[in-house]
Amino acid sequence: MSTTGIGDRVPRKEDHRFITGKGRYTDDINLKGQAHAIFVRSPHAHAQIKKVDTKKAAAMPGVLGVYTGEDIKKDGIGGLICGWMIHSKDGSPMNAGPHPVLADGKVRYVGDHVAIVVAETVAQAKAAAEAVNVSYKELPCVVDAGKAQSSKVQVHDNARNNTVYNWSIGDEAATNAAFKSAAHVTKLDLVNNRLIPNAMEPRAAIGSYDTGEDHFTLYTTSQNPHVARLVISAFVGLAPEHKLRVIAPDVGGGFGSKIFIYAEEVACLWASKKVGGRPVKWNGERSESFMADAHGRDHVTTAELAMDKEGHFTAMRVKTIANMGAYLSTFASCVPTYLYATLLSGQYALPQIYCEVDAVYTNTAPVDALRGAGRPEATYVVERLVETAAREMGLDPAEIRRRNFVTAFPHQTPVIMCYDAGDYEASLSKALQMADYKGFEARKKAAARKGKLRGIGFSTYIEACGIAPSAAVGSLGAGVGLWESAEVRVNPVGSVEVLTGSHSHGQGHETTFAQLVSDRLGIDINTVSVVHGDTDKVQFGMGTYGSRSGAVGMSAISRALDKVEAKAKKIAAHVMEAAEGDIEFKNGTFTVKGTDKKMAFGEVALSAYVAHKFPTSEIEPGLKETSFYDPTNFTFPAGCHICEVEVDPETGITEIANWTAVDDFGTLINPMIVEGQVHGGITHGVGQAMTEACVYDSKSGQLLTGSFMDYCMPRADNVPSFNLGFTETKCPSNPLGMKGCGEAGAIAAPAAVMNAITDAVGVKDMPMPASPQTVWRACQGAMKKAAE
Amino acid sequence: MPTVSMKVNGKQVSGEVEGRTLLVEFLRTNLGLTGTHVGCDTSQCGACVVHVDGKAVKSCTTLALACDGAAVTTIEGLASDGKLHPMQEAFRENHALQCGFCTPGMIMAGVDIVKRNGKKVSEATIRQELDGNICRCTGYHNIVKAIQAAASKM
Repeated sequence: MSTTGIGDRVPRKEDHRFITGKGRYTDDINLKGQAHAIFVRSPHAHAQIKKVDTKKAAAMPGVLGVYTGEDIKKDGIGGLICGWMIHSKDGSPMNAGPHPVLADGKVRYVGDHVAIVVAETVAQAKAAAEAVNVSYKELPCVVDAGKAQSSKVQVHDNARNNTVYNWSIGDEAATNAAFKSAAHVTKLDLVNNRLIPNAMEPRAAIGSYDTGEDHFTLYTTSQNPHVARLVISAFVGLAPEHKLRVIAPDVGGGFGSKIFIYAEEVACLWASKKVGGRPVKWNGERSESFMADAHGRDHVTTAELAMDKEGHFTAMRVKTIANMGAYLSTFASCVPTYLYATLLSGQYALPQIYCEVDAVYTNTAPVDALRGAGRPEATYVVERLVETAAREMGLDPAEIRRRNFVTAFPHQTPVIMCYDAGDYEASLSKALQMADYKGFEARKKAAARKGKLRGIGFSTYIEACGIAPSAAVGSLGAGVGLWESAEVRVNPVGSVEVLTGSHSHGQGHETTFAQLVSDRLGIDINTVSVVHGDTDKVQFGMGTYGSRSGAVGMSAISRALDKVEAKAKKIAAHVMEAAEGDIEFKNGTFTVKGTDKKMAFGEVALSAYVAHKFPTSEIEPGLKETSFYDPTNFTFPAGCHICEVEVDPETGITEIANWTAVDDFGTLINPMIVEGQVHGGITHGVGQAMTEACVYDSKSGQLLTGSFMDYCMPRADNVPSFNLGFTETKCPSNPLGMKGCGEAGAIAAPAAVMNAITDAVGVKDMPMPASPQTVWRACQGAMKKAAE
Repeated sequence: MPTVSMKVNGKQVSGEVEGRTLLVEFLRTNLGLTGTHVGCDTSQCGACVVHVDGKAVKSCTTLALACDGAAVTTIEGLASDGKLHPMQEAFRENHALQCGFCTPGMIMAGVDIVKRNGKKVSEATIRQELDGNICRCTGYHNIVKAIQAAASKM
């Protein structure tokens, strides 16, 4: 039997090129006649542009052109858009300010784009960019989410009090009533720290204009090239879709930050036409990634959980202010609303939830989806509240969860989501066993003998991914449908090419998608190739984010394979002179029921193209099928992460002693790849909890954490080896029973870490990141309090 | 412009460079060896690690001219006679890479770690020694496993 099918730990097909240095990332591509672009960026957080003098720069050696916001406006090129309309609770549409590709009279954050300089070499472009003389009138700025609405600073004229929207979900009156009759209320003020995504490959773009064909090509670091083409065509108005090809070759990690359509991509395309069709390449430097990639998180929240005297939850009330930065990025508006508040029920049967979210403009880089997008923020609220409630009620943290778990499915929450399947007790009890929860007290005592404080923290998270049913998201304000497409091309020799609208930037689609085909068609995995990331090859697709490529992308492939099999059966029936109903297909062979007649898959493929033995008036020649698959629901991965830490109270240094994760992702295609996704996700979440913080100076608006020297990425010695387990409830909403696994770790981890550290130190709360300094201060405070 | 000569992956090469040209620029631009990556501008991430005279260095903070006469090995030169280096094999077998961008630097650093610490290098040592290499995808778990697995075969 095949060892490359569903559920097998197949080594990745794509690895050979990466381990031999033959990956092909955007910066590895050099087009004939290529020129180089450097962006002149705002050094100020908020300023009026009085004048941009490009004369001196334009005359410098090697310079081909210097272009400003005025130039792009003159050419009728539009601004960037936010593709999700959110309405405030009074029914009014969100206040979206303009988002020009190059600044139009005003700059709104440090790193905002003012001009593009194109020259023969990078060095010449850099020198000329230095010589562009911009006169600014500096304006006061606001960077903190919590201060935006009371600030006198106005980031956009049309957003009063810098408020983009004031949105709510849930039944306010019923929630307030439940709080009135509660036996106990747990309350926390939480800050979900702002993060900078930092995929290891910085963003890059090459715009190339063909003067002969009046046609543009964009090579870019994108998670969704088709959406980039759609936006740049339909909204920016650079060129119609058939005159624009977008290629996203190997992409070095995305984590959300490469979903969005960025100014640099549009500017390079446009500039290529301005310089007479020379390709224009921009390769972002890391400092530019820090300044101008869309950031993540940045919530200020007050959260309350009401319960009866046995610790049964009766209601939750949440108020969040979400920082949107200076402009609304591509999907920014949906992150702190429909991807956040709809998950506040967690794994619990909560009768009432009410949540208000104010989204605010500030003079900071735009904020949009980052690994987990809204669900890490929701899980942090829910799981910090639940753990704190357990401590306040004197209940074991596992017990309070058990008392409140959803146990019957489907389960309709008070905040839109309808959970379709799960077994939260199963993942909790497996995790308790794997983590040796019973032995914790002994380990704590042993740690105390060494002068260390040992703590344990839980995070029984749920998330909604596999986004998403098109009509459902449409009704919530999405400007696009979130289906996925697949085309399965069977070649005459029986090899297969799968063209997918999903995009792999580390997820291993070239392997897992091929596993599905190998499994279904019973053919060698080496005869299957996966094609993605090129709008000329794949007709359309929605890309990869929101852990959707398995549940949605592979479902589309599965549907296309159904069609291939159905047509192949018809052809096999004619060739073997049997009734179609008598044809069976198994392990790559078509047989006629009750006879010894058989044909291999490859033989049927050849017959399909030769077309000698079936009536082409009934069955068209060829074997190529397409599917556009629209999911019927979100999928709901869930699980239990248990983090155990040891804190040194003398130094504040916290070591993660153990990490146990038991996740339910439904069907696993390749457990090896799934485990890798979980490792990476947890580490991203540990980064948020312990090391990473994006800091802007609140007076000047300068980015203080603008390099890896100041922004602490988790290193190998910040994390342990992880102890992973799985439970499985099939997702009933897609043909493969899959849920998503790419974001779960980052969603679960921050709450688990902070629950563990606060347990160790004996404090109610602590801000993230729990750096040694923060933890040390908390230890000092706790010791002082104990002494009093 | 001055000329620099060095042996790269066993082949003698030379080229004209500016005084400020970095080794990574020489490798990527002059020689077209794009397996060596640039992931940051502060010498922190390690995507650019190559071997110069047998030692791991960050090619983003090494001047090309400083390598005149040196022997440089990049990721493209690690396999010999079409046979992958044990470290490359181990990265694949242990799923120690996802997006692949940090991978060349990780592999080159991994070889250096094993050379300096021997076949029985501990998990703790590997984790400490990877301080100069950042990966955003893997959570390091499988990278550590791969380096340990390769160590026993090198």
